[in-house]
Amino acid sequence: MKLNINNTIHEVDVDPATPLLWVIREQLGLTGTKFGCGIGQCGACTVQLDGLAIRSCLTPIQAAADKEITTIEGISDQDTGLHALQKAWIEEQVPQCGYCQSGQILSAHALLSKTTSPTDEDIDMAMNGNICRCGTYSRIKSGIKLAAEELRNTSTIKILNNGEVD
Amino acid sequence: MGKWTRRAFITTGVLTGGALVIGVAIRPGNRAGKVKDLIAGEGDTVLNIWLKVNEDNTITVIVPHAEMGQGVHTTLPMMLADEMDADWKTIKMLEAPGNKEYANYAMGKGFLMGPKDIPSILIGTVDGFFLTATKQISLQMTGGSSSVRFTGMFAMRVAGAAARAVLLEAASEEWEVAAEELVVKNSTISHPASNRMAPFASFVVKAANLSQPAKPRLKTSEEFTIMGTSPPRLDIPSKVDGTANFGIDVVLPNMKYATIKASPVFGAKAKSLEASAIKDMPGVHKIVNLEGAIAVIADGYWLAKNALNALPIEFDKSDHDTVGLNDIYDKYLRDMDIAIAEGNEEKDVKKGSIKDIFKEATNVIEAEYRVPYLAHATMEPMNCTALVKEDGCEIWVGSQNPLGFADSIAEVLDMDKENVVVHNQYLGGGFGRRTVPDVAIQAALIAKEVDYPVKLIWSREEDIQQDHYREANVSRFKASLNDKGQIDAWNNQFVFKHDPEEAPHIPYGVDNQFIHYTNSETHIPWGYWRSVDSSMHAFFTESFMDELANKANKDPYQFRREHLTNAPRFLKVLDLAAEKSNWGEALPANWGRGISLHQSFGTIVAQVAEIEIVEDRLKVHRVVCAADPGFAFHPDGFNAQMESGIVFGLTAALYGEISIENGAIKQSNFHDYQMLRMEESPKIETYIVTSDNWPGGAGEPSTPCIAPALTNAIFNVSGIRIRELPVKNHELKADPKILG
Repeated sequence: MKLNINNTIHEVDVDPATPLLWVIREQLGLTGTKFGCGIGQCGACTVQLDGLAIRSCLTPIQAAADKEITTIEGISDQDTGLHALQKAWIEEQVPQCGYCQSGQILSAHALLSKTTSPTDEDIDMAMNGNICRCGTYSRIKSGIKLAAEELRNTSTIKILNNGEVD
Repeated sequence: MGKWTRRAFITTGVLTGGALVIGVAIRPGNRAGKVKDLIAGEGDTVLNIWLKVNEDNTITVIVPHAEMGQGVHTTLPMMLADEMDADWKTIKMLEAPGNKEYANYAMGKGFLMGPKDIPSILIGTVDGFFLTATKQISLQMTGGSSSVRFTGMFAMRVAGAAARAVLLEAASEEWEVAAEELVVKNSTISHPASNRMAPFASFVVKAANLSQPAKPRLKTSEEFTIMGTSPPRLDIPSKVDGTANFGIDVVLPNMKYATIKASPVFGAKAKSLEASAIKDMPGVHKIVNLEGAIAVIADGYWLAKNALNALPIEFDKSDHDTVGLNDIYDKYLRDMDIAIAEGNEEKDVKKGSIKDIFKEATNVIEAEYRVPYLAHATMEPMNCTALVKEDGCEIWVGSQNPLGFADSIAEVLDMDKENVVVHNQYLGGGFGRRTVPDVAIQAALIAKEVDYPVKLIWSREEDIQQDHYREANVSRFKASLNDKGQIDAWNNQFVFKHDPEEAPHIPYGVDNQFIHYTNSETHIPWGYWRSVDSSMHAFFTESFMDELANKANKDPYQFRREHLTNAPRFLKVLDLAAEKSNWGEALPANWGRGISLHQSFGTIVAQVAEIEIVEDRLKVHRVVCAADPGFAFHPDGFNAQMESGIVFGLTAALYGEISIENGAIKQSNFHDYQMLRMEESPKIETYIVTSDNWPGGAGEPSTPCIAPALTNAIFNVSGIRIRELPVKNHELKADPKILG
């Protein structure tokens, strides 16, 4: 079976019912995605399928074939380095133990790809599936707002450079 | 950076080609050679066991504590670097190896200073800590909110200052000028009079030969340049891009995976089992019966888990098969009554005579409180990777006590401790759970059966049901109020006493006190849980204080104030929390405030919770937290720990409940052991009080106060007094008459 992860095609030979999480971690060695509960309750295993945040511990790989899979290893930009969310996470000193943060960032990433100026309620809705046992929620919220602002500013510059508005 | 002398380059050039280690004079019994093998790399000079200087002038600080999000891999190097006048930008961190050279040390009374050098005022603190540490066998522990206040104060600062002293002495000899004429700054030494400047590295070889002062002069807080600032934490970049290596992320050649099911009733053994159900499963290699648990080794976790689920595992009967939580509470109460009847309670505090007071008292108030068992539920489920060979064992794990783990494994494998090597990784949450070596012992016993490394991963269900729990407890109070509304007598009885010593004590001026406890054995394993005994005693004592205030017809804040006339530190923290929370100002309908005050691990904390009850739903809007840790060495990190501890304590207060049914744990995963989520997370404001007191801890002291602040706020808005946690089990309804 072929899996498209972070724009690289991987050929894997495992039971198609195997959850995506274990294929990502054990077959492909992308250990940034974490195991937390195995029942879709905690969000530590969050990755994106075609831009939607999903729980990889419950997603069999057969449901991920032919889709674009994005993990924490795939969100930074090759040209500009860290993604705005990752920079904001450092700026706000968000992580403590750090274990849940890949999942948090992937959920936040999915939110910002649709909602450029999220309200507190938007953030609560998007992030409620991700548990942080260290209680970094308020810093995550600040980080998302900071990244959203940074992304809005960047896109404004792009528009100006192109000389036209979308 | 200023100009470097020619000599500097020559000297550093000489150093090229390997590590050079000379004398650790500040430690009795020179073991520098062994330390060198453990920590020195190319071009390093080990100046003392807590730091090495490289020929490129970078300084590596050796930290004998695990990083689990508390920021200790940053704050401890800051303390050393500041005393050394090192350049923070070039500081590196290395976690101390799990080796006995780094034990008995970091927190050691004999370390660096020697017992007679400890100011008498601190001896109680140090001895208290030693008692705790001794009980836990190993001294390479991360817990007890102790990293900064013990390792930082006794080891890091002294090591940095001692290194600075010998570097200065070496420069003075080298340049033949008086040490007083030299300036040390940013890892360089300069002599302004002759316009010379050279990096530490150019003096380090000479310095390493000099005898380091055992008690060098430490900076006053006015002289700090790094301590008290908040540089970005060193571990954070790897935690935003997925590269941080937690125990569960270890990958070794030929490694296989295992998962396990232990007896749901603690202590029961597994029956021998029929393995035919899984013998044809592809990728499944072996079943290991550890008596109390069955493990399966396979090519992946998922395969191992499916195989384990397919096995007809049965456990023997046990004496505890019918035990439920109410049986445990009944036993507690029975044992408490017997202790009183027989007069053999363990006495904790005895002041004045409560008996005489109660005889005459007219206003006597009694109350009983309960808290349930709690699991840790670290985000990273328990795991450990082990490779066992005939002559030794290596494990990869996130541990709060690497040396203790090595000891335990050596014992079960019947090996010399020296042959067990622990490679400690980042901890995906600790909270006390990762002081227990159970998973490492299992991993070693499983790996012993095969000739390849095995990564043992527990399911979340196993993690919740095979924890070492914060115990359920009962606390009974009886107090009397005099006609001025002041407490004359305080009688408090509960079960068990662990840490911290001060957990059940009250800061309030009450002349007659009897605080006592009884042990009441159960079959449920106990473990350190963030803030340990304080996680329940603050709820007990601060709820009861609120009840007394109510009986005395006094505002709960003012009532506490009146009992703190001889405790100015406590009063200051309480006043600050009240002021910042606008205590006394009107709130909207259905809103309430609650206040609490508690000292633990050397830090005094007061909190005010601001809540709203809409219909039967509770919303915690805001928590104001005032804290006196003496001095916050990394204020942003301190604030982060206050925030974290509050969310941890609030989760437990609202939802935390591990119950016992048929001898086993009823809950199994996050659906029935609920965690606070983002939308329920309150706004938290932290205010730090700086005082001249010995530094207090950060990781635990904010957890205890939130439960009573919350339940006192619930009383404030509803008149409902919560005497048993968690809050989720109570029906709530705001009472409009109360606030009016």
